[in-house]
Amino acid sequence: MSALLSAENIVKKYANHLALDNVSVSVEQGCIHGLLGPNGAGKTTLIRIINQITALDSGQVWFDGRPIQPKDVQKIGYLPEERGLYKKMQVGEQAVYLARLKGLSHHDAVAQLKIWFDKFGIGSWWNRKVEELSKGMAQKVQFIVTILHRPKLLIFDEPFSGFDPVNANLLKQEILALKDQGSTIIFSTHNMASVEELCDYITLINKSKNILSGATDEVRRKHGSNVVEIGYTNKSIELQPLLPEGYTFVSEEQKGGIRLAKVACSSSSDCNVLLQKIMSQVEVKSYNEIIPSMNDIFIKMVS
Amino acid sequence: MNKTFIIIEREFLTRVRKKSFLLTTFLTPIALAALMLIPTYIATLKDNEHKEIAVIDHSGLASSALENSEYTTYTFEPAKSLDSLKKNFKQQNLYAVLEIGQLQNNELTSVNLYAQTQTNLDVQHSIEQALRNEVERHKLEQYNIAGLDTILTSIKSNVNVSTIMWDEYGKEKRSYTGVYMGIAIASGMLIYFFIFMFGNMVMRGVIEEKSNRIMEVLVSSVKPFELMMGKILGIAAVGLLQFALWILLTLGIVAIAQLLLVNPAEIMAAKPAIADSVSMMAAGGDPAQMTSHLLPSNVADILNSINFTAILTSFLLYFLLGYLLYASLFAAVGSAVENETDTQQLVLPITVPIILGIFITMHTFNYPNSALSFWGSIIPFTSPMVMMARVPFGVPLWQLALSLGLLALTFVGVVWVAGKIYHTGVLMYGKRPSFKEIWRWIRHS
Repeated sequence: MSALLSAENIVKKYANHLALDNVSVSVEQGCIHGLLGPNGAGKTTLIRIINQITALDSGQVWFDGRPIQPKDVQKIGYLPEERGLYKKMQVGEQAVYLARLKGLSHHDAVAQLKIWFDKFGIGSWWNRKVEELSKGMAQKVQFIVTILHRPKLLIFDEPFSGFDPVNANLLKQEILALKDQGSTIIFSTHNMASVEELCDYITLINKSKNILSGATDEVRRKHGSNVVEIGYTNKSIELQPLLPEGYTFVSEEQKGGIRLAKVACSSSSDCNVLLQKIMSQVEVKSYNEIIPSMNDIFIKMVS
Repeated sequence: MNKTFIIIEREFLTRVRKKSFLLTTFLTPIALAALMLIPTYIATLKDNEHKEIAVIDHSGLASSALENSEYTTYTFEPAKSLDSLKKNFKQQNLYAVLEIGQLQNNELTSVNLYAQTQTNLDVQHSIEQALRNEVERHKLEQYNIAGLDTILTSIKSNVNVSTIMWDEYGKEKRSYTGVYMGIAIASGMLIYFFIFMFGNMVMRGVIEEKSNRIMEVLVSSVKPFELMMGKILGIAAVGLLQFALWILLTLGIVAIAQLLLVNPAEIMAAKPAIADSVSMMAAGGDPAQMTSHLLPSNVADILNSINFTAILTSFLLYFLLGYLLYASLFAAVGSAVENETDTQQLVLPITVPIILGIFITMHTFNYPNSALSFWGSIIPFTSPMVMMARVPFGVPLWQLALSLGLLALTFVGVVWVAGKIYHTGVLMYGKRPSFKEIWRWIRHS
């Protein structure tokens, strides 16, 4: 696998502050890459630099194996967080206009838009004015326009905002389908649950710096505190005194007749020793390594 | 370039299809045509009500002075008193009772017109005129000059001043200052109006894109500069179309109205009088002097003396360049704010030169060749308006070329600066920037 897009040592200064301080990000082909960070961290600036909306002060953006060029905007689809449409224009006409600006011919734009409009259940809105659309419907139109020209790279900034759960799910399925078809996706959001669900890789930007990046699973595991949760059933015997050297008892709770004990390990390699030791005394029902949620990692890293 | 064209197309089509565009485009010519036709039509209306005026004459002059006209009859009632005439006013179907006082020291002591309704000013004037002439005649007669009547007719005269200009080849041409002034005012004002109206349209368009948040979607597909130029050019096309339609429709409506309503000779006589009445208002000139060279027989000559090709060509050039110059500034202001109420302070540096231009233009109507008019028509920010006010009077080619050249150069510079402000401005949300901040955008982008 190779990187479709990589930003190397990006620096962007504004008059009063440093927006990006030597940030590098590499986005693998065919993956969903989560771009995370608190408000004002520099995510939008980075996205604008990738879209060539904002010029960078130093560094280099590579696209498809060569330095990014102005014409590459045709191969990128960008759904910004701050998005809108012309209120007085007709929905279909507006979508065709935006598609043409991305390089589609009038004919192709109309043909493909009709397909997508029907798929998203907004076909009957083609001749209506944008101002008559609900927020969710307008978001659907914007999503369709973003992906219509089949870009190699898609950038979604908070794509789920304004969607009800049913439509958010529809959108999620579409994003995963796009990934299956080979699109590479940069996904910026504050919704950590959707990051765990969708992202193969993440980059966390805080205070203009890249403070964490890697495959989502690895990042989570790496940030695990080597705590395991053991579920067992035994009324009379306590787990705590049974623990071998190097293991510390953290807490225990009762759930539906099963006792769940959290045990911290000094190193995760010899969990078999622990299991062997306690299996002779109690009936073990479950054994889980506790992996922190992205939410926990985010809060831990940023604060 | 291809994308700029797509933008121009959208900006043009969405505006041209608007109801407000169709309304102003089709109603303005009707209003203009009405403005041209109604005064003519009214002028052809005569007071055709028959008026009977009873006269009690104590001076002995009135009988020869007051002559019956088509609609006015004077009945001399030396035997009746004012009171009895007043009493029988209705029965006799009188319009008014005229009482003329005695003659003392060759002056009329009093002239009173009694009526129950407000008397017509025309009637009043014709009585005044007739009596004044008669009194003057009476005074002259006191000198006992032989053959006075013949002398009086022979001394009547009429003086018209014709202004004639010659060019460097010695070719002479009559000039019609009043008419030129009318055209100068019309074209100067029209340029002002167009720049302001369509410049504002550009600004509102940019603000709309920003407050709608569609800007961020757009700039990921097109460069901000393309976006700005697309909008400016698209709206320029709207302006040109509207202008062309106005001219065609106004001419069409006037032509149809001429055929249907009034006879052509009267219209021909009245048309220059309209331009003239406008220039009169501005110049405060004497109506008699103005109309003297505007007799119908002169119309063809007047029309020949106006270089319509030069006026139209320079109008188009100055409209386009002046509009482009100001529209790019309006676009820059629009890019810096998120709603129209925030524009006031930022728009000031744009409106000041425009207002200054219109003041100089007003001066130019009267003094097309003064130093102020000259410099005003050369300096780019005022030249579109001021030069258009000079063109109908005739401007040397080198001045036109210099003025247009400077305007074009300034336009290039201003667009470059405006593009920089626009580039930064369109992606800035939040508080309205100060001039200092905008200056930083220009330097750093």
